[in-house]
Parts: sequence; structure tokens; C-alpha cells
Amino acid sequence: MTARALRQNAPVGLSIGRIGAIVLRHYYLLKGSWARIFELAYWPTVQMIIWGFTTQFFIGHSSWVAQATGVLLAAVLLWDIVFRAQIGITVSFLEEQWSRNLANLFVTPLKPSEFAVALMVMSIIRTAIGVGPAVLLAIPLYHFSIFDLGLPLIPFFVCLMIMGWGIGLAVCGLVLRFGAGAEGLAWATVFGFAPISGIYYPISTLPWWLQPVAWGTPAAYVFEGMRAVMYEGVFRWDLLAGALITDAAYIAVGLFLFLIAFRWARRQGKLLQQGE
Amino acid sequence: MALTAIEVDGLTKRFERVTAVDGISFTVAAGTTVALLGGNGAGKTTTLAMLLGLLEPTAGEVRVLGRDMRHERAHVLPRMNFSSPYVDLPHRLTTRQNLRVYGHLYGIEDVGDRISGLIEDLDLVGFADRPVGALSAGQRTRVALAKALINEPELLLLDEPTASLDPDTGDWVRSYLEAYQRRLGATILLASHNMGEVERLCRHVLMLRQGRIVDRGSPADLIQRYGRSTLEQVFLDIARSREAAQ
Repeated sequence: MTARALRQNAPVGLSIGRIGAIVLRHYYLLKGSWARIFELAYWPTVQMIIWGFTTQFFIGHSSWVAQATGVLLAAVLLWDIVFRAQIGITVSFLEEQWSRNLANLFVTPLKPSEFAVALMVMSIIRTAIGVGPAVLLAIPLYHFSIFDLGLPLIPFFVCLMIMGWGIGLAVCGLVLRFGAGAEGLAWATVFGFAPISGIYYPISTLPWWLQPVAWGTPAAYVFEGMRAVMYEGVFRWDLLAGALITDAAYIAVGLFLFLIAFRWARRQGKLLQQGE
Repeated sequence: MALTAIEVDGLTKRFERVTAVDGISFTVAAGTTVALLGGNGAGKTTTLAMLLGLLEPTAGEVRVLGRDMRHERAHVLPRMNFSSPYVDLPHRLTTRQNLRVYGHLYGIEDVGDRISGLIEDLDLVGFADRPVGALSAGQRTRVALAKALINEPELLLLDEPTASLDPDTGDWVRSYLEAYQRRLGATILLASHNMGEVERLCRHVLMLRQGRIVDRGSPADLIQRYGRSTLEQVFLDIARSREAAQ
């Protein structure tokens, strides 16, 4: 037997090669479809344009907004990171389901955990394609650059991405468990977090009983932190710690739900039956 | 290589009240081709799925290439592969792109050379750079076979490998599988409804009905035992629950 499959498929640990293979599969998919790339960039750009004009109007009429030009635009762009991170995971997963490819993938040495990591990598790529043009367009259109946030932008980005991954993995688990009927969750779930994330208003605006719930979302810490930077010029380490702690919970729960659902699918034969 | 490629003992799969596979036991010698025969719902695909580890058995043991599939699946998967008409490759990717992705998933070092070899061997040259979704059923079957052979598996599990193919393409696939097995001494377990295919390719047949193995033997033995002239007649006898003549 001269099998060419190298025995580099270590049974333990994660394989960069296999993660890369899944990323390559989705790169081919994106490369071959201008419509997919256009769709990725379309909504963030439209949102940015709408909120850019809204901001211009408010600057003349609201002293709160006028104190920090671009606070609404920054909020829009940062919130879109959560949405794109989540949708990047979920849609990449759904692409495998729609193409009835899951069984082929999981008779290879690919592990569910490697698949999850590959989905996260794809989520970063999809987020960059989606939010990148909006970020760049905001500079000539409204003289607003998100990069003016400086170094705090990096932890903001990381924390929001992780929150999106956690929700995305949980949604993938629900779709595996409940089938095509749960696909709508892919687009709807993250919006359920928007009212309690303090995107456009401080958490203190919420009713007192809702505030503890809001502090259970990483985004609430990030947006409070963003306002602290933009209004007070202060980077709040306590808020970053809060975001990281809640992020750890989100990613752990998301991964747990995904792996549990995967195990259930393996017990019920759903990996063979998934499809349109 | 292990002398026994597959060892199955008391394999059972129950879905709530339905028992899809009911305590079957069999072995497949390394380097042979064996068929799982049975009507729709007999348990063939469920058995293949459990051998691949895609489906967890309710009870029983599966050892593949000398390893316990429940605990050592990761060691075995690089050495086996499968193809089924019920599973697709991504339609928007070309043949070559699909093979490259799977080549990387199996950790093949010289993936470009391997793909070129498969494209030539399986006569995929004319459509190697076309999306799989744009191919005919016969072309897609050959691409699926190329995917199944990308890692030169020691064990190949095939679910209805020539379903929906015209006789010419079906014959071509069977010839290719025979040549592959001769060249590498691979083991092939196939589930099929095509009796001619089974008679031609298989040394041994496992007849399934309602999740149980109801008979087994070489195609010639079964034909003789049931006093019939073709395996198809034997299949009909078993499917319709008639007892063996002897």
C-alpha cells in the first residue's frame, strides 16, 4: 500500500493544514462569486451612509453628539463587527449544509474543533471584506476615521469578534439540532442583543432591572469603553476586563453548544441527512 | 496491513422505535471486495455510516484496519474514504478546487501531482476546471470517485457507486475499481442494488433485510443455494422473504 495520505494527521491537537483546507474551500467559494462579496460589503456600507447623514444632522441639533463627532458612526461600525463575526461563522457553516458536504468533510480526519476554528478564520475574512469598505468610505464622506480611536480599537475589535463567534457557534449548534427550520436564527439572533448592548446609548439609560442583563454582554463593556475614549479620552481597563470575562463565557457556551449538537447529529445520523 | 480490514460484532442502531440495524456481525478480509445487498431500508447505508464513524452505534463493536472506531477513529480515517450519491461535493467549486481541498484535509504532501494523476486516470481532463454543479451525473460520479481516491485509501466504502449512470459509464467505473484494487490491494465494501455489478466485483455478499444479515456467501454459492440462475433472483427471493431452497 502506497497511500499518499501522510500520517501527519496527528490524532491529538489541531491541524493547521486541515483548518487551512476549510478556509481554502470558502476562499474558492468567495473568489468565484462577486455577488457574495458584494453582499458582504453592501449592508455595512449602506448603514454607514445612513448613520453618517444622521450624525451630520444631530451635530447641529444635539450637544451630546456634537461633543464627540462620529460617536454614532463608530458605534455603527463596531456593532457591525459583532454582526459580521456571527454571520461569518454561521453562513460558512450553512454553505456546507446547503451543499450536502458535511458527511464528506467528517469522514476525513477533520475534527469538529478544527472545523470551528476554520469557521472563525472565515469570519475574520468575511468581516474584513464586509466592514472594511464602510470604514474606508467613511473617511472621505464624513471625515471620520475609526482608526482615530487609536490602540483601543484593537481590544474593541477582538472583544466584539469573540462575542460574534460565541453567538455564531451557538446558532450553528441550533441549526444542526433543529435543522433548516432554525436557519432564520442565523440572521435574527444577534439583533436580540442590540437593545442591551448600549450601542447608541449608555447602559444607564436602560431600566434598572435590565441593566444587570446588559452587563452580561461583552458589547456593553466595549461600547461604554468606546464612549469613555471618545468623550473623556480615557481607556477603561475595568471595562476591558469585563468584556474579556463575558467573552470567555460566550465562546465557551457557543463551543459547548456546537460540540453537543454535533455529537447529537452523529448519534441521530443527521450529518448524512443535512441538505436543502 | 491487518489481515482483516473490517470486524463488526453485534452492531445495532436504533432510532427511537425503529431498529435500522439489528445486531449484525461480519468480517471483511483485507484486499477483497464485499457487497452489502438489500432492499430500500434494509440498513445498508446506516451500516456504512457506522463504519465511517458518521453515526454512533447504539450497541456493538466496529474495528476498522485493526482499530476500534469508537476510540481510535482519528487513526483510521486517513486510511479510508467513501463515496455516496446521497452526499455532494460543493457545486460552486471546480473539480480541481474540490480535490485540492480534500487533498489538504487528508494531509497529502504532493497534492498537485496527486490531483493531476487522478484527473488523468479518471478522465476528468475535459471538466477539471468547471464547477461540479455544471457537470452531468456521470461526470459528477467520477469526480466523487476521484475525491474518494485522493488519499489512496486502503479501505474504500462505496454506497451505490454506479447509481444513475448509463451502462457504459457504469462499466467504466467498475473496471477502474477492479484496476485500483489489483494495483493497491485495497479492500472495498460496497452497497449496491446492481446485481450484475456485485457478481462481477465481489467475492462475498452479505444479504440484509430489515437490519439483519439474512444470508451470506459468494455470489456463486448463493445462486446455487437458492436454486436460481442469477443473483438478482436470489435477491428477490430474500427481499420477498422466501426461504432458501436448501
